[in-house]
Amino acid sequence: MARLTKETLLDWYRQMVLIRQFETRCDELYQNKTITGVYMHLYSGHEATGVGALAALGPEDHVITAYRDHGHALIRGVHPNPIMAEMMGKKTGVSGGKGGSMHIASRQHNMWGGYAIVGGHLPLAAGIAFASQYNDRPEVTISFIGDGASNNGYFHEALNMSGVWKLPVVWIIENNFVAMGTRIEDSTAQTELHNRAIGYGIRDGGRIDGQDVFAVYDSVSEAVKYAREGNGPVLIESITYRYKGHGVSDKTYDKRFADELAEWRDNKDPIELLRRQLQKKFKNIDPELAKIDAACQAAVDEATEYAINSPDPTYEDLISNVYVEE
Amino acid sequence: MAAKNIPMREALRNALREEMLRDERVFVMGQEVGVWQGTHRVTQGLLEEFGPKRIKDTPISEMAIAGLAVGAAMAGLRPVAEMMTINFAFLALDAIVNHAAKIHYMFDGQFRVPLVIRAASGWGNQATATHSHTPEPIFAHFPGMWVATPSNASDAYGMLKASIRSENPVLFSESIALYSRPAPVVTDDPDFVLPIGKGEIKREGKHVTLVAYARGVEWSLQAAAELAKEGIEAEVVDLRWLRPLDIDLVLESFKKTNHCVVVEESLPMYSFGSEIAAQIQDKGFDYMDAPVKRVSAMDVPLPFAKDIELMALPNAQKVIDAVKEIL
Amino acid sequence: MTDITLSMDGLLLNWVKQVGDSVKKGDIIAEFEADKATVEVESPADGTISELIGEVGAELRAGTVIGKLGAGGAAAPAKTEAAPKEEAKPAAEEKPAKAESEAKPAAATPAASVTEDGRVKASPLARNIAKDKGIDLSQVAGTGPNGRITKADVEGFEPSAAKPAAAAAPSAAPAATGGVGLDSASIPLVRLRAAPAASDEVELIEPSRMRKAVALGTTESNQQIPTFFVTSEIDLDPLLALRAQINAQIGEKGVKVSVNDMIVKAAALTLREFPNLNSHYYGDKIARYKHINIGIAVAPATGGGVIYVVAKDADKVALGTLAATNKEMIERARELKLKPEDTRGATFSTSNLGPYEVDQFTAVINPPESGVIAIGSGRKVAVIKADGTIGAGTRVKITLSVDHRVSDGAEGGQFMFRLKNLIENPMQLLL
Repeated sequence: MARLTKETLLDWYRQMVLIRQFETRCDELYQNKTITGVYMHLYSGHEATGVGALAALGPEDHVITAYRDHGHALIRGVHPNPIMAEMMGKKTGVSGGKGGSMHIASRQHNMWGGYAIVGGHLPLAAGIAFASQYNDRPEVTISFIGDGASNNGYFHEALNMSGVWKLPVVWIIENNFVAMGTRIEDSTAQTELHNRAIGYGIRDGGRIDGQDVFAVYDSVSEAVKYAREGNGPVLIESITYRYKGHGVSDKTYDKRFADELAEWRDNKDPIELLRRQLQKKFKNIDPELAKIDAACQAAVDEATEYAINSPDPTYEDLISNVYVEE
Repeated sequence: MAAKNIPMREALRNALREEMLRDERVFVMGQEVGVWQGTHRVTQGLLEEFGPKRIKDTPISEMAIAGLAVGAAMAGLRPVAEMMTINFAFLALDAIVNHAAKIHYMFDGQFRVPLVIRAASGWGNQATATHSHTPEPIFAHFPGMWVATPSNASDAYGMLKASIRSENPVLFSESIALYSRPAPVVTDDPDFVLPIGKGEIKREGKHVTLVAYARGVEWSLQAAAELAKEGIEAEVVDLRWLRPLDIDLVLESFKKTNHCVVVEESLPMYSFGSEIAAQIQDKGFDYMDAPVKRVSAMDVPLPFAKDIELMALPNAQKVIDAVKEIL
Repeated sequence: MTDITLSMDGLLLNWVKQVGDSVKKGDIIAEFEADKATVEVESPADGTISELIGEVGAELRAGTVIGKLGAGGAAAPAKTEAAPKEEAKPAAEEKPAKAESEAKPAAATPAASVTEDGRVKASPLARNIAKDKGIDLSQVAGTGPNGRITKADVEGFEPSAAKPAAAAAPSAAPAATGGVGLDSASIPLVRLRAAPAASDEVELIEPSRMRKAVALGTTESNQQIPTFFVTSEIDLDPLLALRAQINAQIGEKGVKVSVNDMIVKAAALTLREFPNLNSHYYGDKIARYKHINIGIAVAPATGGGVIYVVAKDADKVALGTLAATNKEMIERARELKLKPEDTRGATFSTSNLGPYEVDQFTAVINPPESGVIAIGSGRKVAVIKADGTIGAGTRVKITLSVDHRVSDGAEGGQFMFRLKNLIENPMQLLL
C-alpha cells in the first residue's frame, strides 16, 4: 500500500463513485422507461472488487465477465457515453445497440465483453489466456464469475482445462451469496467457493474481503504475478454484496434481505470504507472528494444526454456483422 | 495439376497439415487428436510433426473445447477443434450457437471468431441412438456460422482449407462413412481452396434434380446411374455447404427439370429437405411440375439391431422410388 | 377496403350501383348472366363503393374482383364501365384454381384431373404454361400421379377445334368437350361440324352461356354414360285423391302441393332403398351420397335452356315444406334470378313434361349424377280394374334413365317397382 500514490487512490475512489452513480442513473432511467428491455444487472455494492482487481492489470491484460458488466467496462476506461448509449440501444453504443446492458465490450480496452449465459464466458477466458500463452505474450486474463456460475459445467471444464494447460488466468468469484434468488447455502454444498481450487489442482487465492479495495488489490496482484510467471491459474473468492436485485426486474430482493442489506450498506459500503481510509490518510481531503463526486455526476449526466440524443440503429445495422465478409 | 487417389481422411489431414504450415496461428485441439493419432486417424502424424503446442489433446470437456476455441479465435488464433463425433457437439451446443455464432454480431463486429469445429458425423455399424446423429441442419439453423458438409475427399480437402482460412466460425461435418472413400485429390497446389457456399453439379440430367450433401450425394449418384438405365436422367446437385446455401444452383437446376427429390442423411422434421422444399415452392413455384419429395432417415431414434437400423435409413433405392413417385 | 368478388363465371350484364353509392350488406351491385341464370352480385358488407371494375358485356371468371368497398366516405376515382377488360382478367387468371372450383356447379366434369369439388389438379408449372398458351386446363387430361396435369400434358395438348372454323368442311380435329379422360389414354374425340356461312337463309347465333352449358353437359352425358331406360305405367288416381285432400286442408293461405312434389318425394324415398342410384361415378371411385338431393328440371320463361333446382334432403323434408321450397326455387329459375345454392348438390334428378300431353319420354342424365326420371302426363285411359271390368283411370308413365356403370337393369326394374308402389299407395309419402 505504501507504493500507491495519492493520485492512484483518488482514481480508485473516482472509479467507484462513477460506477455507483452510473448504476443509480441506469436504475432511474429503467424505472422511467428511458432504458427498456428485460435485462439490466447493476454493479452497485461490488465496486471495490472490480476496482481493486483490475487495478492489478495493465492495459495489455484481458478482462472478461458475465452480464453484470457495466462496472468492469467503466474500470477498464471505456467512456460512459457509449456504455450508456448501449443501455438505450443506440447506434453509438459500444456494441451499436445490438448487445445491450449484458454485452458491453471494447476491443481496444481488452474488455472482452459481458456474457449472458451463466458460465459461458469461462472457457472463452481460457481461450484468450491460451492465445497469450500460445503467442508467448506475458499477459494475464481476469475472468469475473458470479457465485451461481460456480455450479455449472462450464466452471468445471474451464477451470480443469486451465489447470491442465497452466493458462495465465485469474478466476475471481464475486460471491454475493445469492445466485439470482437462491441463497448459496441452498445451492452449494461447499459454500467456501475458493476451496474448489483444490479439486482442480490449481492455486487457491483464498477468500478475500471484497468490500476492501486494498485487500482485493493486494490479493489479485499476487495472483496476477503468479499467473504471469507461467505458474498457471488462480482462483479467488471475493466476498461482496449486491445492493439491488438480481436484475432490474427483481422486485422482491430488497424485502427478502432487508436487514442484511441495511447492515452491508451502513457498515460495509465499499465507497464509504475507502472514503474513511482516505480521510485518515490525507488531511483535508473532503473538498477533493466532493470535486470527484461532482465530476462523476457531470460525467453521468453527459452520458445520459449523449445517449438520449444518439440516433437509433437502422435496418442496415440490423443486417450488418452477422458474418465477416468473406 | 497433379492429383492422387487418396481417402477422405488423408485429404483432410493434408488440408490440416498444409494450413498449419502456411499459418502459425492454426492449431488443432480435441480429444485424442495427438497421442492417440485421432479417433478417425485424420490427425495421424500431426503431433510428431508439429509438437504438443499446436496439437492439443484435451480432456473430455466438449463445452470447454468449443468455448476455449471461441476465446482463442477472438484473440487472434485459428483453432481447429475436433469433436470426436458430432453427437458430442450437443454438449457444446451453447458454446457453438450462443458464442461462436453470435459474438461477431452481438458486439457489432468488434470481435471475429475464425474457428473450425470438425466433427465426425453419421450412422452405421450399429452405433445406436445416441451415436447416430447427423444434426448438421441444427447448426445451419443459426445465422452467424457456416456449415460445411463435403461429399468426397477432394471437396473435403478444398473445403477444409477454405474453412480454416475463413474469418467466420465453421462447423465442418465429416461423414464417417466417407472417411475411407478415395478420390483424386490435388497434391501440388497448397492454395486449392473451394469457395465458401458454392455447390456443384455432380451429374447432369434433365428430368429430375436430386439435391443432396455429404453422403446423400453418394446415394443420389447411385440412384442416378440406375435411373439412367430406364431413360430417366437425374441431375445431382451437391450443395457442399448447408450455410451459405447455394439455393441459386438448386433453382437453376430445378427450372430445367421441374422435379426435385431432396436426399438427406438426417431426420425429416424441420430438416434440410424441409428448407429446400420451402425455398423451391417460394422461389420456383411457377416451375414446379410435381411436389418436392424428400428422402430422409425415418423419424425414429436409431436402434442397435442391424436390419431395422438399415430399414430406418436412406439409400439409393429409396431415392429411385421417390423419383418414380413424382415423374 | 373489402373486395367485391364474383362467385361464378359469367357475363357482366349491368351495373346496378355506381361508384360513390352507399350500400348495405346484401344490396345488389351488379347483374351477371351465369350458366344457369342471371345472378345478382350482392354487397359483401356495408360501405361505400370506391371502385367498380369490368366492362358491361365482359366474360368474367369466378374469383374476379369486380369492385371495392370502402368503409364509407370519399370514393376513389371511378374505374367503372370504361375500365379495360384486361383489368379484371389478371385476378381471374391468378386464381385459376378458384375459378375452376366454382365454374361448373351443376355440369362439373368428373375426371381424373378434377377433384370432387371441381378443382383441376395441375402442377404450378402446368398452370403457368396453360396461362401463357391460353389453354383451359379443364380441357386437358392429366397423366401425372393421381391424374395431375403436368407440363407434358399441357405441352402435348392440341388446341380445341371448337374455335370458329373458316372452312365449311368438317373438322377432324379432336375437340374439347369438357369431358376429361377417365384415364390417361382416353381423350374424348368429338367431331364438330363447321358452321355454314351466314346468308339470307342462315342466321348465325352466338349460343348463350346456358346453351353452351346444356350442350356441354348433355354431350358429356350421352357420350360417356352408358344409359339404359326402364318405363313403368303407374296408377295416379290414389295420389291425385290424396293431393286433393291435402290441398283442401291447406286452404288458400298455404302453398299447394303439386303432383310433381309428391313424385319427387316418392323418388327420394325410393332412393333410400337404392343407394346405387344415389351415387356418382368417377372412374376409379364411386361416390355414394348419404343425403338425397333431387334436381327438378325447370324451363326458364325466356331464352330456352334447362335449369335443375335442387330439393335438398327431399326424403327427409316434410311434403308441405318441400312443396313451398320447390315453388320458390322454380319461380326464381323461371325468372333466371337463382341463388347459387338453388342449383347445387343434386344427387339424382327428375324431369316432368306433364303439362304437354306426352305419353312418355326419356331424360338425359345430368352428370355426374347416375339417374333421372322422366315423368310424362297423367292421362285418363281405359284400364282393367281389379275386378276385371274395364273402366277409366289416370295413368302416368315414368321412365328411369340409369348410368349402367353404377347400376344394372334388374336394379332399375326394382327401383321402378318400388316407386310405383309408393305412388300408388301415397299415404307412405306422409309418414
